[in-house]
Amino acid sequence: MLFYSFFKTLVGQPVTVELKNDLAITGVLVSVDQFLNIKLDNIKVVDEERYPHMLAVKNCFIRGSVVRYVQLPAPSVDTALLQDAARRERQQPAAGGRK
Amino acid sequence: MDDHAPLEGAGIEEPLDLVRLSLDERIYVKLRGDRELRGKLHAYDGHLNMVLGDVEETITVVDVNEETAEEVIRIVKRNCEMLFVRGDGVILVSPPSRA
Repeated sequence: MLFYSFFKTLVGQPVTVELKNDLAITGVLVSVDQFLNIKLDNIKVVDEERYPHMLAVKNCFIRGSVVRYVQLPAPSVDTALLQDAARRERQQPAAGGRK
Repeated sequence: MDDHAPLEGAGIEEPLDLVRLSLDERIYVKLRGDRELRGKLHAYDGHLNMVLGDVEETITVVDVNEETAEEVIRIVKRNCEMLFVRGDGVILVSPPSRA
C-alpha cells in the first residue's frame, strides 16, 4: 500500500519505466493501481534505434509484474516522508500481513 | 497501538526488521540478471519493493567471443538520482561492502 500511495503522489510527473526485457519507456505518469500497474502518456522509448517497434504508440498500460525499475524525478520525492511512512508501515503491518 | 512497537535498535524479531534499521543508510542490493545496486534506502515494503536515492547500478555482462569462445566479462555502471526497484527482482539486501 505504501508504494501505491507513493506513486499516486507522482501522477503528472515524468518517469522512466525500465522493464525486465530491458526496454525503457519515458512518459508522464497517468495512473497507478494496487498491483503497481502503470499508465503512461506521451511515451518515448529510450533507445529507439534498438527498439523501433513502438514509435507510433502514444500511451500505454504497463503490467506491474514486468517492471524492473522506475526512475523518478528526485525533486518530487519527499524522502523524509517516505522514510517515516516505511517505519510506520512496519509497526502496523497492512491488512493481510501475518501475526 | 504500541504494545510492543519495536524501537530503533530494539525489537529485531524478523528478518525485515534488519532492513528497517537500514532506512536512511546506504545499502547494497543484489538483483536477478547479474545486477547490483548501491544507494540510500528511503522506503521498502514486505515485497522488498524499494525506493533508493543516489543509486549506482552495476551490471555484469559476459560477452562470448564467437571465434575463440573466450568469455569477456564487461562491467557496466549507471547512476540514477531516485529509483524505485520492484521487489520480485531482489536477491539480497545488505550494508555496502567497504571494498
